[in-house]
Amino acid sequence: MTLELRGITKRFGTLVANDHISLTIEPGQIHCLLGENGAGKSTLMNVLYGLYTADEGEVLLDGVPQRFRGPGDAMAAGIGMVHQHFMLIPVFTVAENVMLGHEQTLSGGRLDLDAARERVREIAARFGFHVDPDALVEDLPVGVQQRVEIIKALSRDAKVLVFDEPTAVLTPQETDELMGIMQQLKASGAAIVFITHKLREVRAVADRITVVRRGRVVGEADPDSTDAELAALMVGRAVELTVQKEPPRIADALLEVSGLEVRDAKGAVLVDDVSFTVRGGEVLVVAGVQGNGQTELTEALVGLQHTVSGSIRLDGTELVGRSVRQVLDAGVGFVPEDRSTDGLVGAFSVAENLMLDRTDGPPFVRRGVLQLDELERFAAAAIEEFDIRTQGTTEPVGRLSGGNQQKVVVARELSKDLRLLVAAQPTRGVDVGSIEFIHKRIIATRDAGVPVVVVSTELDEAVALGDRILVMYRGRIVGVVPADTPRDVLGLMMAGISPEESAA
Amino acid sequence: MTTATATPSSASVSEDLRHVTVVSRKSALVLTVVTALMALLLLLSPREGDVQYRMGAEGDALRLPDVALPGMTVAWVCVAIAAVLAAVAWLQVRAERTLSFAVPMVFAVVLLVAFLSWAGAGSPQDFPVSRIIGGAVLLSVPILFGALGGVIGERAGVVNIAIEGQLLLGAFAAAITASLTDSPIAGLLAAVTAGMLVALVLGLFTITYKVDQVIVGVVLNVLVIGLTSFFYSEVLVPNAERLNETDRFAPVAIPLLSEIPVLGPALFRQSVLVYLAYVTVPAVWFALYRTRWGLRLRAVGEHPKAADTVGIKVLRTRYRALLIAGGIVGVGGAFYTVVSVSSFGKEMTAGAGFIALAAVIFGKWDPLRAALAALLFGFASNLDDMLSLVGAPVPSQFMLMLPYVVTLFAVAGLVGKSRAPAADGVPYIKE
Repeated sequence: MTLELRGITKRFGTLVANDHISLTIEPGQIHCLLGENGAGKSTLMNVLYGLYTADEGEVLLDGVPQRFRGPGDAMAAGIGMVHQHFMLIPVFTVAENVMLGHEQTLSGGRLDLDAARERVREIAARFGFHVDPDALVEDLPVGVQQRVEIIKALSRDAKVLVFDEPTAVLTPQETDELMGIMQQLKASGAAIVFITHKLREVRAVADRITVVRRGRVVGEADPDSTDAELAALMVGRAVELTVQKEPPRIADALLEVSGLEVRDAKGAVLVDDVSFTVRGGEVLVVAGVQGNGQTELTEALVGLQHTVSGSIRLDGTELVGRSVRQVLDAGVGFVPEDRSTDGLVGAFSVAENLMLDRTDGPPFVRRGVLQLDELERFAAAAIEEFDIRTQGTTEPVGRLSGGNQQKVVVARELSKDLRLLVAAQPTRGVDVGSIEFIHKRIIATRDAGVPVVVVSTELDEAVALGDRILVMYRGRIVGVVPADTPRDVLGLMMAGISPEESAA
Repeated sequence: MTTATATPSSASVSEDLRHVTVVSRKSALVLTVVTALMALLLLLSPREGDVQYRMGAEGDALRLPDVALPGMTVAWVCVAIAAVLAAVAWLQVRAERTLSFAVPMVFAVVLLVAFLSWAGAGSPQDFPVSRIIGGAVLLSVPILFGALGGVIGERAGVVNIAIEGQLLLGAFAAAITASLTDSPIAGLLAAVTAGMLVALVLGLFTITYKVDQVIVGVVLNVLVIGLTSFFYSEVLVPNAERLNETDRFAPVAIPLLSEIPVLGPALFRQSVLVYLAYVTVPAVWFALYRTRWGLRLRAVGEHPKAADTVGIKVLRTRYRALLIAGGIVGVGGAFYTVVSVSSFGKEMTAGAGFIALAAVIFGKWDPLRAALAALLFGFASNLDDMLSLVGAPVPSQFMLMLPYVVTLFAVAGLVGKSRAPAADGVPYIKE
């Protein structure tokens, strides 16, 4: 089935997320939609899938215009989607998830679970893997959950399959397996849309590449293009893909973490006996596939986790058991993983966000009264120094682009006397220009003699920033290796295989 | 440069997350404290004399002999059983296992029996066992229907605080309709309609307009109380004979089953509405867990967006669930005016809707467990009646309070680990 998008335009208020986008996706092809975060790829696919209604333009299947009032219509027409955030019900079994929405029933209205189980087994067998139809989805590893998503789409005979950033949660090896499945699907005649911003993956599987920037199609690229060419198309200018840095000059400052354990309310040990040290003047990158305890580790470092045991010592001072306030006062800067929920108050102005953690006293508060002039001066200086593109200090931070929002967070955290910087996913959802800038500032902090811990799920970033790389898997440390460790070794480590075995 | 000390030497990291079992000591602690309080009561205020347990009624085919037991002995035996159950709870804590639902259920029943035996010791009146059980079943009917409605709504993601209002409006509608038509069945249907009407308003605000579900629920309760009280004093009281005097459903004895000693008269010489409850509980269970309707309903309550992406209409599913739930709660409302008594009274539901809400939580959002919890709360509500019968040594105000105290303890302390539907109470907003 050939899918054609013609002149799709979708606006959110004044923001044009999709500006007259046209695409044709042929059967038996993997068509890559390449673009930065926020370029409008996911919006476009949500239009295609009936989740959004386009303001202009039309969707055609085999030349016939379609009107999708909801995902149900899109599915009935043969479009399947593997969502970035899995659309699975955690407390249902695999079979229940697969049958949901098109259930077969027996006499008396009973659900025909046997038929659903059979369907799961049959589709899984087609691709040479096994999934237990009666397993609860929440008990399955993410890689398997993604396969359930694929089975779900195929059980409805999808002819066009959309993969929305499918590799964000996968190890490099799982990613390779997914590529294999995509090749199989392509061979069976399906039309495949592969949305990503990772250049390496694009070059591995794409038959055609369409590059999207700021809601517009900026051109097609050849699958044989180099990384630099693709990046330049995606960003609109030549991009520096590496970070310039000198060898580390080790300073006295010292973060010592030993036997750290973090549990959730249900008793799952999310950070399990983690010990490491970071010296002043070096960057330790905590790498690993998303959801292997990195979030909890960074939150424990700043005192945001409650069930913590073990020890975190900064220059000899114990931080475990201290309040967040006390930890921050000890000189810890924290760039949280999700700036919109943990880093910023969207409705507050840029200036207000810059002083969020400094409401206790001077210079911004005196006798309980905000010192607006002082704040204004400070904010103007920060905007200048950190190159924050805003209409002014009073603009609500929620109106800034992702990259500029992140720069506000970074500006706030770096403009105090730091003795430790913890940055979780500092460049997620940030445009390439801002990534370069944030990386430079992190390296500058390191060079000032501050110990720096960066969490990153992107191997490229880990290698570029880190002096050493700590790989986590299922809450435990797989190993700590130098930054020049080969990528495939790092990839295997991210799947829990020890560095010695990985290198063998 | 230092390296990590915990680097595993050669073995790879295992696939699974390590788990530490987290066990709440709350249940065990509450069981222990309540047992101790009961023992203290028995020690400080012993009462001499026997309790007469009447095991049958006149005209039973099979009549067991009546039993007279010393009240204090029975009470102490019950306390001993309660202590054993508390010990079991502690053992479960040590074994790092969650407490089964049965333990707190049995515990509550045993303690209520202990209390009854203590209060009834030395009383010249005898305890009609069948009547106690039958009365408890009867009183639990509105709670049970309310709880079932609550379970359905919450499983679909809508917290229904307005159960109380649905019961009350159901009772009111049933009273007027049954009086006008001289037909209790018409009253029942009117009550169902009234329950659905409240559900429709609730749905309109919470599902369509995404207003906070708790706030709308509370406001609806107040609204129904206000409306029914107004019409009661302005319309029903002046025209009591025509508008507020119903024919009730007469008790129907089921052949054979009703001849079982003790339990027969208690369970099978009841009103049609009680039998309807017996049928509705398994029916709701089946519908929730074994049918397409139930699967979709639960999907919508757990992860509405996922349901949306497979083509399930989230809002429509929630509306439908809420309406069906409203109808079921309405049946419970009819209980007040076409089963229990034959006229409507101001605020006559007296918080049963809130107790039903507690039963939903105590029953962990499961229809069978919620029904059992409703039975327990019905039993507690029946205590007042029982104790005034035997001339209890406790102020009646205290007894009137007891069902609510039992509910509070049950929900706060006795519920083990439970998990509400993930999207319970969260309006679904499409981006």
